[in-house]
Amino acid sequence: MEPFSKVTSKITPFDKANVDTDQIIPKQFLKLITKSGFGKFLFYDWRFDQNGNPKNDFVLNNPVYQNSQILVTNENFGCGSSREHAVWALKDFGFRVIIAPSFADIFFSNCFKNGVLPIILDVTQVEKLLKVQDSVELDLNSQKITFGNESITFEIDSHRKTRLLEGLDDIDLTLKENKNIENFENNSNIIPIF
Amino acid sequence: MTETLFEKIWNSHVVVERENEPSLIYIDRHLVHEVTSPQAFDGLRLNNRKVRRPDLTIATIDHNVPTTDRSLPMIDETSSTQIKTLEQNCKDFGIKLFGINDPNQGIVHVIGPQLGITLPGSTIVCGDSHTSTQGAFGAFAFGIGTSEVEHTLATQTLWLEKPKTFEILANGQRKNSFAVTSKDIILSIIKKIGTDGGTGHVLEYRGNAISDLSMEQRMTICNMSIEAGSRAGLIAPDSKTFDYINNREYTPENYDNLVDTWKENLMSDPNSKFDKSFTINVEKIEPQVSWGTNPAMVSDVTGTIPTPEDYGKNNEIQVESAKKALAYMNLEPETPIVEIPIDRVFIGSCTNARLEDLKDAAEIVKGKKVNSNVNAMVVPGSQMVKHEAEKLGLDKIFKDANFEWRESGCSMCLGMNPDILKPGERCASTSNRNFEGRQGSGGRTHLVSPVMAAASAISGHFVDVREWC
Repeated sequence: MEPFSKVTSKITPFDKANVDTDQIIPKQFLKLITKSGFGKFLFYDWRFDQNGNPKNDFVLNNPVYQNSQILVTNENFGCGSSREHAVWALKDFGFRVIIAPSFADIFFSNCFKNGVLPIILDVTQVEKLLKVQDSVELDLNSQKITFGNESITFEIDSHRKTRLLEGLDDIDLTLKENKNIENFENNSNIIPIF
Repeated sequence: MTETLFEKIWNSHVVVERENEPSLIYIDRHLVHEVTSPQAFDGLRLNNRKVRRPDLTIATIDHNVPTTDRSLPMIDETSSTQIKTLEQNCKDFGIKLFGINDPNQGIVHVIGPQLGITLPGSTIVCGDSHTSTQGAFGAFAFGIGTSEVEHTLATQTLWLEKPKTFEILANGQRKNSFAVTSKDIILSIIKKIGTDGGTGHVLEYRGNAISDLSMEQRMTICNMSIEAGSRAGLIAPDSKTFDYINNREYTPENYDNLVDTWKENLMSDPNSKFDKSFTINVEKIEPQVSWGTNPAMVSDVTGTIPTPEDYGKNNEIQVESAKKALAYMNLEPETPIVEIPIDRVFIGSCTNARLEDLKDAAEIVKGKKVNSNVNAMVVPGSQMVKHEAEKLGLDKIFKDANFEWRESGCSMCLGMNPDILKPGERCASTSNRNFEGRQGSGGRTHLVSPVMAAASAISGHFVDVREWC
C-alpha cells in the first residue's frame, strides 16, 4: 500500500449527517470484481439526475473542489453496510482524508485498510473546517491540520498511524505471528464444519 | 472478576494481546458471498497465498441471484460474472459452496443457523453487516469489509480493537404477542437509542422479553443491531438455542458434550458490568412503521408522521434530516400512519424471511386477496425455508391471495438483482434499511414486521394489525 504522509488540498465541505454506504456507492454499482473504477459512481444518486447528467448544485460537481483530497462531513458518516466499495469509491474519486465528528465502525476500519485517513474532530472544529476555503495542510506525522495562521491537532491510534505512514500490508504483519496462531489452534477447541 | 458474555467469548479467542495495540482474534467461522469476496480472492492470488482453514469456511450466492425461475439464463451479465467468479474461486481455493442450484442455497445469515454451522460461544464473520443476526446464538458475529475477508481467508484471524459492552434490558409481556413482534421491539429500541447509539459497542439483549422469544424472533433482533450502529449484538444461549442447532446437517458430532460446556460458561456473570445500559418495557410497544430514511425514524402504527421540529427536538441536524426524509418519502407531517397507501409489499430478507415469519404472514393472508393497487411478493430466506413452507402449503395460501412466491435470496432488501422499486413507489418491507434508494432509485421504503406487511398488502395501506388477530 502507498505510504501516507502529507496532504495539501482544498476542503470539500459536505455538511450532511448519517450519510450511509448506500448513498456513497449505490448497490447497482457493486458488481465489479476489481477495486478500482468505483469513483465515477460515488454518490451517484446525488451527483447525477435521472438521465445521468451532473446536478450543478451538488458540491462534488463544483469545479472549485475538483482536485480536493479532503472531505469534511458530519455525524455518523459511513453508516449501513460493510461494503468496502464505499471506501474504494471515495479513494478512487481522489479523497485521502475524511473528517467528521463520528463515523460508523465498519467504515472507519475499512478506511485504514485502504490508506484513507478518517479523522474524528469535535463538532465546533468540524464546523470551522467546513468554512475554510483556502488549501489546508495535513501532516499525519505531527497529527496537525494547518490553515492560515491556525492549526488543529487530531488523535489517531499509534498502531494505525505507523501502518499508514509505512504503507504496511496487514496480512504480511499477521503472518509474522504464525507461531502464535498455530499455538492457539493447537490449544483451543476449534470445531471444524466438515 | 465478573465478565460479560461478550468478554468471555473475546477472551477465549485472543491469539495476541499487547498493550495499546489492537488484539489478534481467532475466527471460528467465515461465511463468504459473491459481492464482497472477488477482490479478496484476487489479493490472495496476487500474493500466492492460500486459504488457511477451508474447514472453517463456507460460501453461498445470495445478493445477486434472480428470484425467478433459475432454469432460465441470467439477464444481468455483471451479476452472472460475479457468481461465476465465486464458483471459480471456491473451486481454486477448496471452499465448500452452496451454489445457485444447491438445496442449501440461501441468504448467508439464514443458512448458517439452519445448517448447524452457527455455534454458541464462537466468533463468526462475513463480508456483510447483517452477520450480527447470528449473535442470537450467543456468538460474537460481525460484518467485515473485503480487506478483512482477505485477511481472514489468509490467516483465520483479525486485528480488532476490543469493543465496549452495552446492555439492552427488555422486560414485560407484549400485549398481543402475535401482532407485536420482535421486529417491533427492535425498531422501538433503535427509535430510542438512535442509529449511532451502539457505535463502538457490542449489544447484549437480556431480560424476560428476550428469553420469551423463539430463536427466529431473536435473530430478527440481533440482525438489526447494526442499524443501531453496533457491529454485533448477542443473546445468551439457552435450551431453545441448543434445541435449534441440534440435528442439523452440520451439527457437530459430540454435540451433547458441547452443550454441557456452553451451559456452564456462556452467560454474563451475575453483577457483571456493562459500559452502557438501556431498559425498555415491551408492554407498551405497538406495531411499528418507519416513516423516514433511517431506521430510527419510526412511529407507532396508531401515531402520525411527526413534524421535523418534534422529531429533531432542539437538534438542528436532526430537524434538517427529518425535513429531507419527509421530502424524499413524499409525506406530510401529522398524516396518520394508517392513511398511508402503499404500492408494493416485500416479505423477505435476513431480518424476516424464516419459516416462522412466513407462517405468521400466511395466517393473516389466508382466504383474503391482495388489494388491487398493490403488488406483493414473498421471497423465502433460503431454499430450505421455501421447501418447508411448501410442505405446510404456505405457498398456496400466498399464491391464492395473489402474492408472488419466489426463489430464495436477498432480493428487494437491497435490490442488487432485478427485484427493485420503481422511482416513487412506496413499499411495506420486512427488511432492515429504509435508506434513500435502497430498494431502487427513488423508491420509498417503510420498515415493518411480516404480519404488518401482510395486513397492509390486503388493505392497500398500513393498518393496526392487532385488530386482525
